[in-house]
Amino acid sequence: MLELRQITKRFGDVLANDRVDIVVKPGTIHAIVGENGAGKSTAMRIAYGFYTADSGEILVDGQVRDIKSPHDAIALGIGMVHQHFMLVETMTVAENIVLGAEPGSTVALDLRSAASQIRQLSEEFKLAVNPNEPVEHLSVGQQQRVELLKALYRRARLLILDEPTAVLTPLEVEEFFLILRRMREQGKTVVIITHKLSEVLAISDEVTVMRDGKVVGRVQTKDTNAAELARLMVGREVLLRVEKNEPKVGRPELEVRKLSVTDRTGAKRVNDVSFEVRSGEIVGIAGVEGNGQTELIEALAGLVDPARMTGEISFEGKTLNNLGARVRRELGIAHIPEDRHRRGLLLDFNLAENSILGVHYRPPMAAMAGGVFLDEGAVQRRAVEIIQGFDVRPPNPALPARSLSGGNQQKLIIGREYRVDPKLLLVSQPTRGVDIGAIEFIHRQLVGLRDDGCAILLVSAELEEVTSLSDRLLIIHDGRIAGEVDPKVATLEEIGLLMTRGH
Amino acid sequence: MPRLARELLFPLIAVLAAFIVGGILILLVGDNPLVAYRLLLGSALSWPDGIGYTLFHATPLIFTGLAVLVGFRCGLFNIGAEGQLYVAAFATAWVGIVFANLSPFLLVPLCFAAAIFSGAFWGAIPGVLKARFGSHEVINTIMLNFIGIALVSYFTQYHYKEPGPIMQTPMIGEGAHIARLGTFIPGFPERIPLNIAFLLALLCCLLVYLFLWRTKWGYEIRATGSNPFAAEYGGISVRKQIILAMAVSGALAGMVGINEVLGYRYRYYDGFSDNYGYTGIAVALLGRNHPVGVILAALLFAALQHGGIYVDGFSEHITKDIVQVLQGIIILFVAAEVFFKWAIGKRLPWKNV
Repeated sequence: MLELRQITKRFGDVLANDRVDIVVKPGTIHAIVGENGAGKSTAMRIAYGFYTADSGEILVDGQVRDIKSPHDAIALGIGMVHQHFMLVETMTVAENIVLGAEPGSTVALDLRSAASQIRQLSEEFKLAVNPNEPVEHLSVGQQQRVELLKALYRRARLLILDEPTAVLTPLEVEEFFLILRRMREQGKTVVIITHKLSEVLAISDEVTVMRDGKVVGRVQTKDTNAAELARLMVGREVLLRVEKNEPKVGRPELEVRKLSVTDRTGAKRVNDVSFEVRSGEIVGIAGVEGNGQTELIEALAGLVDPARMTGEISFEGKTLNNLGARVRRELGIAHIPEDRHRRGLLLDFNLAENSILGVHYRPPMAAMAGGVFLDEGAVQRRAVEIIQGFDVRPPNPALPARSLSGGNQQKLIIGREYRVDPKLLLVSQPTRGVDIGAIEFIHRQLVGLRDDGCAILLVSAELEEVTSLSDRLLIIHDGRIAGEVDPKVATLEEIGLLMTRGH
Repeated sequence: MPRLARELLFPLIAVLAAFIVGGILILLVGDNPLVAYRLLLGSALSWPDGIGYTLFHATPLIFTGLAVLVGFRCGLFNIGAEGQLYVAAFATAWVGIVFANLSPFLLVPLCFAAAIFSGAFWGAIPGVLKARFGSHEVINTIMLNFIGIALVSYFTQYHYKEPGPIMQTPMIGEGAHIARLGTFIPGFPERIPLNIAFLLALLCCLLVYLFLWRTKWGYEIRATGSNPFAAEYGGISVRKQIILAMAVSGALAGMVGINEVLGYRYRYYDGFSDNYGYTGIAVALLGRNHPVGVILAALLFAALQHGGIYVDGFSEHITKDIVQVLQGIIILFVAAEVFFKWAIGKRLPWKNV
């Protein structure tokens, strides 16, 4: 169906694709896996006409084709669904789908025939999407199906899906896979770009593995396993399962009593939550995103206006409710935020400046002239220490944080927060958008910190991560603690049900 | 490309492009652009008058450019430098009049303090309003310009007006005068009003640099400007930074009063500002929000301003308004930097993806 031959693409000094060969057979689900920056998205964007290759050729149905723009790709029956949806929220499903390919004459828009066509497609693939519904009323999973419909409406025979499951809940992923299988049955071809190995094994027929811009493996899914794929992706053996000893649990560090948090619109985002975290243990919070995790962690970190909170937060017996983020940090609470661009980093600042955020006003950073002037030497030393200790690449303190990859940005933040020797660590989505190799490293660091007696509260949307790291697991649903399970014995189904139904 | 070259490239393109477009305009109205530009720049660079007056005109622009810069670095758009400098100039004159008999060693520092603190006060008001109520500083600084300018006009007219047709206060005490550079530069005539305030402006550039990039307070202000959510996460009080930055910004704008009142007219003269506060925005933008850039941009605008007077007198069709046109085009091109980067970036080899 689709074949890339010797595709090479260079961005500046970076060789994004180096003589890439990919063969996608018709009627199959083909997975392209690799770490961030391995070149998998680049290869597919070339196939879709977003980029043009420096050299190499693209064959569609056995014929060499010149794909200069997405327009050419669509004409050849290639559709692509991006990681970030490109939908107009206030428009209906039908309006979104026809956008750019409006039916009818030049002036009149014939939405009715489009709607019936969309309904027909939706039934054919059992997508259950109502064409007249405004997109803003749809769940994330439904929005994704609208994106699929968009491609199908344009008569795509080959669908390229870029990290399609990143935004979905476990149940939605199941449904989504059913849809993909149905598409395969109807003769469509699917290319799925991902770095989640469990999903590759669950859905695909064939796998192409990429690393550093090159294709490093082509395997039949039935002949491979997660360990082999991970080794191909990273280039060395990877421990997929976190190894940890029994926790040596100490006294309670963090105690939360009947905490409720409302947002600015007055909606209750955290509802009557109580729990504690003791030193030497990792308490996990699992839940579908948007169920109050963000607000809970921000309330604990001192980033929520006390007027929007009721209940009590105490740390080592001291009530925190009215204390700001700075005082909480001084007490020994560190925080790795879920959104590193919004919360965790000053993207325009260099690595050195970022490495002192939160301690910038204290000695040894601000020690000269009565603590007013920053001591450039101390700042550099701290930055180098963090960069080396946490293998931040490239190891140059003068680079702006913006120029680093997501995984390296995350390592910088984690290094910065570790460096303060916290007694309590609040950590959200520690490995989001981070490579497998770095994930392993971050997980080891978290377990090491726990073994040193730190209390850790871990929020993650990755069920596997949160179950394998946590010593105790709380499940949050709609702002409430829906239950506590023992992560060693609980099944994913059990946790999934608590996450989605709340009981 | 090295960082310095990159920083200089776009301002230079903007200025060059402005002169080209301006030249076309001059040609269209029937004058020779080369002659006009020779008049413009030649008169601004002549010794001693051209250079003296250019530096004198640059002084208030450096202060207001720095004022806008400090706001920008905190993510604030201070359009209120104009009002701040009026309030401060009046306060400076008031102190100079009321305490006219004090010794210079007391009076000069007192007048300096009046300029700095009244400017800081007038700047801090929109800062407090934003920090406390979230109201936008752009609206509030503009409104406070009207209020401040009207207020000092009122005081001049009804309480402190010197008899006569001109809207101005009486002279300040001799002890409040600061020296003109002519008094200690041989061959530089004393009639040129370039004074100590120019050196103070240069000193302020250094101080602003040290403050923003070498102190913990500057770190907090810049962090707030770069990403207020991350600043808050790092235990920085965003509200305090907003008030602090607006106060520092107002204080810098207020120092225009030192140049105007203590070094030039020795009184408050109503309506003295040649839009220094607003030109300060252009100075900061063209100077890429860096103190050194502010000096260069202020010198350029001051040279244009001074040269404009000669263009007016010696050319047939064009008036000194050509300076306004040039300034306007420069600002347009500076603002279009994003477009340039995009257009050129597509072809440049150092472009990152």
